[in-house]
Amino acid sequence: MSPLPNPLPDAEAQCRQLADLIRPCLHHRPALVGIFSGGAWIAERLKELLDLPEEIGMIDVSFYRDDFAEKGLRPQVKPTAIPFDVEGRHLILVDDVLYTGRTTRAAINELFDYGRPASIELAVLADRGERELPVAPTYCVWDLALGDSDKLVLARQDDGQLAWRLENA
Amino acid sequence: MHNPQLNKEGELTHLLSIEGLPQRILTQILDTAESFMEVSARDVKKVPLLRGKSVFNLFFENSTRTRTTFEIAAKRLSADVINLDINKSSASKGETLLDTIDNLCAMHANLFVVRHASSGAPFLIAEHLQRIGLDDVHVVNAGDGRHAHPTQGLLDMYTIRHYKKDFTQLRVAIVGDILHSRVARSDIHALTILGVPEVRAIGPETLLPKHLDKLGVHVFHDMEEGLKDCDVVIMLRLQNERMNGALLPSAGEYFRHYGLTPQKLAAASDDAIVMHPGPMNRGVEIHSAVADGPQAVILPQVTFGIAVRMAVMSIVAGN
Amino acid sequence: MNIVIENGRVIDPKNAVDRNASLYIANGKVAGLGETPAGFVAEQMIDATGCVVCPGLIDLGARLNSIEAELAAAVAGGVTSLVVPPDADPPLDEPELADRLVHRAKEIARARVLPLGALTLGLKGERLAELAGLKKAGCVAFSQASVPMVDSEALLRAMEYAATFGFAVWLQPQDYWLSRNGIAHEGEVASRLGLAGIPVAAESIAIATIVQFVRDTGCRVHLTRLSSADGVALVKAARADGLPVTFDIGVHHLLLTDKDIGYFNPHARFVPPLRTDRDRQALSAAAVAGLAAICSDHTPVGADEKLLPFGEAKAGATGLEVLLPLTLRWAEAAGVTLSAALARITAAPAEVLGLQRGQLAPGATADVCVFDPAAVWQLTPDSLTSRGKNSPWTGYLLNGKVRKTLVGGRVVYSG
Repeated sequence: MSPLPNPLPDAEAQCRQLADLIRPCLHHRPALVGIFSGGAWIAERLKELLDLPEEIGMIDVSFYRDDFAEKGLRPQVKPTAIPFDVEGRHLILVDDVLYTGRTTRAAINELFDYGRPASIELAVLADRGERELPVAPTYCVWDLALGDSDKLVLARQDDGQLAWRLENA
Repeated sequence: MHNPQLNKEGELTHLLSIEGLPQRILTQILDTAESFMEVSARDVKKVPLLRGKSVFNLFFENSTRTRTTFEIAAKRLSADVINLDINKSSASKGETLLDTIDNLCAMHANLFVVRHASSGAPFLIAEHLQRIGLDDVHVVNAGDGRHAHPTQGLLDMYTIRHYKKDFTQLRVAIVGDILHSRVARSDIHALTILGVPEVRAIGPETLLPKHLDKLGVHVFHDMEEGLKDCDVVIMLRLQNERMNGALLPSAGEYFRHYGLTPQKLAAASDDAIVMHPGPMNRGVEIHSAVADGPQAVILPQVTFGIAVRMAVMSIVAGN
Repeated sequence: MNIVIENGRVIDPKNAVDRNASLYIANGKVAGLGETPAGFVAEQMIDATGCVVCPGLIDLGARLNSIEAELAAAVAGGVTSLVVPPDADPPLDEPELADRLVHRAKEIARARVLPLGALTLGLKGERLAELAGLKKAGCVAFSQASVPMVDSEALLRAMEYAATFGFAVWLQPQDYWLSRNGIAHEGEVASRLGLAGIPVAAESIAIATIVQFVRDTGCRVHLTRLSSADGVALVKAARADGLPVTFDIGVHHLLLTDKDIGYFNPHARFVPPLRTDRDRQALSAAAVAGLAAICSDHTPVGADEKLLPFGEAKAGATGLEVLLPLTLRWAEAAGVTLSAALARITAAPAEVLGLQRGQLAPGATADVCVFDPAAVWQLTPDSLTSRGKNSPWTGYLLNGKVRKTLVGGRVVYSG
């Protein structure tokens, strides 16, 4: 794990790096599924960079989270939209930051309610470690360590460019 | 006076009435409902949100339609659903409402969907639950007397938003027996909170509550005048009992003056939508040509109703 | 027993007394005020420092579900005489029932009970009860309680018959048809909350009918528990015409309005219903002007019958122990002197009943209330002696605590 660089890395450049990692592995025609919101933005970038013809899927995992009892329903729920048939497809699940692994588990559970995929790979820009479930990224461009109260957030600026932001609770 | 529907953090923990709810909560429910519309379009129409939770449908007033939609909504949230037919159970043997609630809480109920003939019954239950410290048991009002039917009000708003997008530019007319209608009251509150500038009530004097103007509603007795340029027409069901009292002479006379025919509908905007909470009395409040016509959105309302109820139950159960 | 109540502020509104003085009691009557009467030797001394000493309160409406508990509650509230409506179960329509009630009250020997006899059998509004027989058994007047008489001809005949004997008739002015489905005042609050309404017309047309019948029969009528500005105006006009009509106001109606229903609070369900602030102000003005007596309309209701949806809850609130503090609360808000306020619950009710009670002149029966007007207490189920714990004031802090109550010169309550 490397310490946090200052200034934070260029997220757009990292998307290009992530696309470079995925490009050799497109032979089984994977479909991209981005997790709202950061994962969805990154998935959009990947679609352009990898020149994929198919529409990307976007999922909101709010209804599959395991912390409903403590936290209730998040106020900003967006509709999941999977414009292709999941059955028998190879999927690449895309998210911005991989942390405990619970969001990934929720996303996988949700995808399985749409059908039985042939495989699911995970592509993330950042892995901050401290896994609480046995989840590992297939493609990742940045390993880092953060304090408990730190939060790494991907934001979309007014000009449409993606950029990292560090928040402290 | 603290609104008993909101917890200390100002979040919705019961849905008892639309009155007094801040706009952000109504918007949150409508937004969440959109996501549940997507769930209902899938093959596997289930999400695990309320898995392991028990939803009790307590219907003291018969209603197969409403109860069924709540049951479907709860099951799509993976909850266990128990339907209580109160006419046949202990309540009719003299057990008080609160005793019934206590007994069901002892069976680990998580959420009560309550329909009752007396205005205010769900408030009594919510207050009782708070008094005995059961913060994680929630109440959703499925209709109390003539006071409120908040999930119907919300699905009506969802319908309007779906077809008309912007509340702040609309003229909405509600037609019929508003005096006895809990749907009308909930609609009026929701429309006002969401910023609809012109809300109209159309009906004979005997079927309109006094003081409607204090709720910000314009009253019309002439239907064509009231419908002029309206974007949304909400028709209310006229119940048979009303024609037996001194309120109305006959269904025929009512239909002539207040029934929605294609001719009267023409007074509204060309793209006005026609809504009805159901079930419809064809030929009494609405002409079949309108009910089956292109402007009616009555069947979509039913579909929206499931998503809205899923949204309501998810939100309160999580707070 | 010879008793002297010392160091208190004696207020006797009927005789315009309001000063610090000692009150002397002998042989069950007031023996003197201020100076020790000749030959008087005190056997008991009551120290009333910081307290008001006034005539025992007279409550024009109190239901006695369980007579022992409620008569104890009465004297705990400083009430020494109370009028009982005839709507117990069974209704008080037979002389023997009145006999038994009066007898039992005498045995219990706390507050005095003045029963109202039923005007019609079973309160059904059809056949006359034996009015003369009931009078003989102790009934002070005749009433339908809060059951409206549907048949106006029957009402006219009943009033004619009562007038024959000079009996007074007490009626709750409420038209049967306009009130039978209603549970709250027909106004903005009821419209919003979806509660079936009782319009003001239910009261005003009933008053108009009754006033007309008074004109025709000369029967003396006392109207109970008025609720509206229109009603007050009608009664004022009738009195201006010299008609023998009086009225009283329930103390809750002086302080609360339909807004107090809040989120369907069943403790705000009353008969007649709580109306608007305009109505409340008219009732208050009438009480300020001395046009009406104030009473508690004490109605004990168990939790089983009260903790129900608003429309199913039994109407009414506990009253005997809050009559005094609520009257004081009203008086402070209305800018009325303590003496004038006490007049509404002592001298004014006595006048309605045609009794010499409600005063402390020498020779008067020694029914006395000693209370601390500054004492503050919280209304809770435990603080009440009555079995009726039902109140919209639960949890509130009230001013005015009774310290001693005497009936016929005997201490029947010590607080």
